[in-house]
Amino acid sequence: MNERKIRVLVAKPGLDGHDRGAKTVAAVLRDHGMEVIYTGLHQTPEMIAEAALQEDVDVVGLSILSGAHMTLFPRVRAELEKRGIGNVLLTGGGIIPAEDMQALEQGGFAKLFGPGTPTDAIATWIRQQMEKRFAAEAAPRGTR
Amino acid sequence: MPVVDPSSLSGRLVAGDRGALARLISWAENGDPRFAAELAPAWSRVGRAWRSGVTGPPGAGKSTLVNALAGRLRATDKRVGILAVDPTSPFTGGALLGDRIRMEERSSDPGVFIRSMASRGSHGGLARAAIDACDAMDVAGIDEILLETVGVGQAEFDVMSAVDTVIVTLCPGAGDGVQAMKAGILEVADVLVVNKCDIAGADRLATDLEDAVAARLSIARAAKQGWQPPIVSLSAALGNNIEGLVEAIGRHRAHLERSGLDQLRRARRVEQVRRVMLEHLGERLWGAGGLRELAERALAAGDPPYDVAERLAARVLRGANP
Repeated sequence: MNERKIRVLVAKPGLDGHDRGAKTVAAVLRDHGMEVIYTGLHQTPEMIAEAALQEDVDVVGLSILSGAHMTLFPRVRAELEKRGIGNVLLTGGGIIPAEDMQALEQGGFAKLFGPGTPTDAIATWIRQQMEKRFAAEAAPRGTR
Repeated sequence: MPVVDPSSLSGRLVAGDRGALARLISWAENGDPRFAAELAPAWSRVGRAWRSGVTGPPGAGKSTLVNALAGRLRATDKRVGILAVDPTSPFTGGALLGDRIRMEERSSDPGVFIRSMASRGSHGGLARAAIDACDAMDVAGIDEILLETVGVGQAEFDVMSAVDTVIVTLCPGAGDGVQAMKAGILEVADVLVVNKCDIAGADRLATDLEDAVAARLSIARAAKQGWQPPIVSLSAALGNNIEGLVEAIGRHRAHLERSGLDQLRRARRVEQVRRVMLEHLGERLWGAGGLRELAERALAAGDPPYDVAERLAARVLRGANP
């Protein structure tokens, strides 16, 4: 069997035209050996979840700078659940106040990253999380 | 048709379940043996989809063309599957897959399934994964498969030799007509597209291509089939003359169906069997047989590599426990 790659969807939900951060993170994850699918701007939660399903990604990373995270992030999570892929590693970042981060992290987001996070820290965290999951799956498993 | 257990992954695939299709494609990419196990019960359903490959240099507008073509096919209610291949970095093993950006119009259409695939770079691995992915889409009930790969090279050629209709996309402003005549570009084409037909130089490019095709400059693949590749000028971004391309694909399909499509497809499957078998055999012999140690020892003793290879092959063929 070939080496299994970590597949990541980087997505920008909602009406937010600033994707410098998302593109930077996408490039960094690529340089850490991951396969990164970037879908472009103005994605609805349905579009993001559908892309995650079709691309069979391990990780969904949302980038948001518009302030609508408390509305859009839970909706993305709900759409993922609806498609039976609520178990993907869900993360994100952007301009998100600390108390909102806490609320989202209690609501199914594994971890959120704010401004000033070293990009390598994001890649390293994802790799560690996925290594744990891959190891757990290495034990025989059924189809999902 | 044999009954497939509807609760199994292959059963879900046959029912068109997108999650099942996505997972099978991942297994195909990873070389996971579960792919073959799940596809086997549904194998008799493979062969109904038409497979078109879109290739051409970076920036020629392949993704935009695939998006426009998919839209046109959807208007006739065909279910469309898109497989978009982008390169893997040979340095980090990572890939940035951005073809979905230009396919956004299709992304909320339940009749379109889009999958991005990294080339991953192992010998023949891309062709194998791409063929497997197409087979899975075929079983899932997709009517038209559009396979997009960048550039011209051995790996791309291997992929393109596994589709029914090869569409080579070129655009003006990317070098003179001689660029388009470089080895490999014309030879694989069943249909030639001049994209960005609204840009200066498009007519000239189309004329150059016409001359090249008319002169039958080593149009090997098409010539073998008794087919002259048509040249379709269009603008994928503006949506001009996409119907011309749909029609050209249709004519090529009709031509192949008249001239022995089954035979052609069977020949491709024979090649697939040969590759898979040799890979399997090679891994087994090399891995478990201790051939590597023997080779290392012989080379350390100063033996030339061809002699070593021949001795090891003879040893295997003699049936000695290598």
